[in-house]
Amino acid sequence: MNINLTIIGQAISFAIFVMICMKYVWPPITGALAERKKKIADGLDAADRAQRDLELAQEKAMSDMRKSKEEAAAVIEQANKRANQIVDEAKEKAREEANRLITAAKAEIDQEANRAKETLRAEVATLVVAGAEKILEASVDANAHAQLVEKLAAEL
Amino acid sequence: MASSGDTLTSSEYISHHLTNLTFGYHEGTDSWRFVDTSNGIMPADFGFWAIHVDTMLWSIGLGLFFIWLFKKVASTATSGVPGSVQNFVESIVEFVDDNVNSIFHYKNALIAPLALTIFIWIFLMNLMDLVPVDWVPFIAQEMGVGYMKMVPTTDPNATLGMAFSVFFLIVYYSIKQKGVGGFLAELSFMPLGKWFLPFNLFLEVVGLLAKPISLALRLFGNMYAGEMIFILIAMLPFWAQWLLSVPWALFHILVITLQAFIFMVLTIVYLAMAHDDH
Repeated sequence: MNINLTIIGQAISFAIFVMICMKYVWPPITGALAERKKKIADGLDAADRAQRDLELAQEKAMSDMRKSKEEAAAVIEQANKRANQIVDEAKEKAREEANRLITAAKAEIDQEANRAKETLRAEVATLVVAGAEKILEASVDANAHAQLVEKLAAEL
Repeated sequence: MASSGDTLTSSEYISHHLTNLTFGYHEGTDSWRFVDTSNGIMPADFGFWAIHVDTMLWSIGLGLFFIWLFKKVASTATSGVPGSVQNFVESIVEFVDDNVNSIFHYKNALIAPLALTIFIWIFLMNLMDLVPVDWVPFIAQEMGVGYMKMVPTTDPNATLGMAFSVFFLIVYYSIKQKGVGGFLAELSFMPLGKWFLPFNLFLEVVGLLAKPISLALRLFGNMYAGEMIFILIAMLPFWAQWLLSVPWALFHILVITLQAFIFMVLTIVYLAMAHDDH
């Protein structure tokens, strides 16, 4: 246990180690620690913010949904109303059309009947003339007796 | 025991284990040589101009290990997810940083790295105490080196070397903060006022010098005593040693950590006091 040069050697190596530690060891490690601390704080902040955002978004989504439900209900009601209206209109139109068709058909039928009557009358006249000719066994002058034939035909 | 073979008395065994591998100029034989107690070349014969090769080797080796480990972590330190080594180193750095911040309230970039170096280096040097006392001296002897005291903190040179470095810093920062006059005034006019100047000066100078001395001798005394008890236990019959060496080693784990911690905290406290302006 003698005090000798070792004491100076130890002091020198101590000083060197402290300087190396101060220059190359301490700053990077504490820097990394501080940076991580900041990162964690930022992360927690971001999480809080995200939580708040989520709540807001949920609220907004709820209100949006409620609103769109109401809108949908209104649209459906309106559509129903409109559909009923269309059906009623269609019915009305169909009825009118039917009436119109019926009237037209009736008119045509009358017309046809009249025309058939005319034709029939003409043919009957011819037949009558022919029949009379047979009966008289002589040719009758069609022109001479036209008046008579006409009268016959009108009577038929 | 009896690692050196032959017939070795207990006191020879103990003194062999407590002798540093001293190298220097030996006047008696007029030569540069290592210590050799069996041939009458005692460590005390070398005087001041000799060096304890084992102390220097182990302390510098352990210091380099500390720098290597921490620098490796520092160069790859990320603020992302730390690996296990980085985590370990970071927890130590944070522990030291917390201690420094709670004691030392001035801006000084030196204090925290200084405290870290003290804590880890002294811890590693103390840790060598847990290596069984005969292993390393035996290996050294097989390699032809007669003495090998592997715990640098059981050498008062090592602890005094560090303590006087701290003392130098105390004086340096006292003068830097308060000026030479302020520092001298602090030594002269406290605690009893200017009419008791010689008494004050004597008291304060003794108090100032007591700081490094107590710092060094506390660490040295604890480690030396611990080492001594390990050596004494090693002299028991081999089958009985574990009964004492295991509890003592377990207890010693506490002691080596505590001593490193005390040295660190007292250094911070002393330097904080040096910065304080009365």
